[in-house]
Amino acid sequence: MLELEFMRLALGAGAVVGVLAPAVGFFLVQRRQSLVGDGIGHVAFAGVAAGILLDVSPILTALVAALLGGVAIEFLRSKGGTAGDQALALVFYTGIAAGVVLVSAAGALNVDLFQYLFGSILTVTRTDLAIIAALGAVGLATVGLLYRPLAGIVVDEEGARVAGVPIGALNVTVAALAAVTVALSMRVVGILLVAALMVLPVSAASRIAWSMRSAFLLSIAVGLVSVLTGLTISYYADLPPGGTIVLVAAGAFCLAFAAGTLRGR
Amino acid sequence: MSLAIDLDGVSFAYRAGQNVLESVDLEIGEGEFVAIAGPNGGGKTTLVRIVLGLERPSEGTASLYGEPAHRFSRRRTLGYLAQRSELGGDAPATVREVVSAGRLAAGGLLGPLRRRDRELVTGAIERVGLGDVADTPVRTLSGGMQQRAFIAKALAGEPSILVLDEPTTGVDAESQESLASLLARLHSELGATILYVSHEFGAVEHFVERLVLVRRTIVFDGSPQALPGVWHDPSHAHA
Repeated sequence: MLELEFMRLALGAGAVVGVLAPAVGFFLVQRRQSLVGDGIGHVAFAGVAAGILLDVSPILTALVAALLGGVAIEFLRSKGGTAGDQALALVFYTGIAAGVVLVSAAGALNVDLFQYLFGSILTVTRTDLAIIAALGAVGLATVGLLYRPLAGIVVDEEGARVAGVPIGALNVTVAALAAVTVALSMRVVGILLVAALMVLPVSAASRIAWSMRSAFLLSIAVGLVSVLTGLTISYYADLPPGGTIVLVAAGAFCLAFAAGTLRGR
Repeated sequence: MSLAIDLDGVSFAYRAGQNVLESVDLEIGEGEFVAIAGPNGGGKTTLVRIVLGLERPSEGTASLYGEPAHRFSRRRTLGYLAQRSELGGDAPATVREVVSAGRLAAGGLLGPLRRRDRELVTGAIERVGLGDVADTPVRTLSGGMQQRAFIAKALAGEPSILVLDEPTTGVDAESQESLASLLARLHSELGATILYVSHEFGAVEHFVERLVLVRRTIVFDGSPQALPGVWHDPSHAHA
């Protein structure tokens, strides 16, 4: 398998996303915002459609759309007085509706679009990998630098707000990180499954971890192993990579759930 | 004694014409241990939120050390235990991780905690008597111990004002007593201004110097011993 360049590139891109998605998703899941990644994914769909319509790189337009969507969700949630789930629903449906209209206008309901919806990791080029690695490194460095305040907000947001911690700026940073993660993950698992990699490894890790830090690190480990295992299985069993990766992550969650339940007895 | 908290003619309404607080005048000196009591829905939490600068009065002014509360420049010196404080998320944060969050504002946001911060965290954990369970997930502890962990978190920030909103909710009577004596000890050791907010004040009655009863406005302000007997009757408080 490793003698094939397309598999080496796929494993490289997959490894970056397998680490970044749960690292960012950790802070969304712990704050009961698991579906934010999904909402941003829907907006990214509109971005992809706009890219196809305008004949610009769909990844670039998806990144811009995802950033706008992520910040919009955070703004509506915190400033607009709109309940969090309603803010998410608004962005979800607006994104998907805009995507459908733009796709129709571009006459692009074809294979090109499907590779963004369901992922196309086996077509990752060296340039793609360089971009994914560079943006992934920036994302991971940001998470590493901000781990303590982000974890502190999970512990007690109101207490942190009273003490003058800039909650709003940190929330917008998480939304922006989630947007970058979605845009990078599109090629690996596709827009429709992107949120799964941000949520399932974290849910699995939280059931077997012994501290918050261990939950964070285990989330990353589960994400990485899920991507690499899923890609390997998909190669040998001739299965779609995106779906296989997410099914492996779901399997990891089931195992962790069982282990956590047994341990609790 | 200089003033730590000063509310002057404060009124507040979440909806126009429906005042939750009306003409509240309250001065609390530095280092006082004050219980704020009153019936549920009487405006205690709103009053606390105004003191902490989380809400701005519809009328009147709220000041902390002479500065407007909502623009208070030394927010890192405010310790706050919110009503029904409980851990967000599923991750099993340990006592040490919870208490470390108390050093966020004072210890800087970026990178790992420095040695002095770690020492303050350990000191706060020891102070509330949770040294033996410092690395245990908070969620596996009793309600009383969880509250102690959050109090330690507030203490780790070295607060000059410590506000506890209904800290005994969901805590058994024995833990309430021990929590009250812990606060009394912390008050004498640290000299911080402490606001203990509760719908009932039985647990702290013997420890606080001053009791303030709030029912939309302040209906009693003085020593707990001077409280008219009728106010001790819970049915009165809820009338």
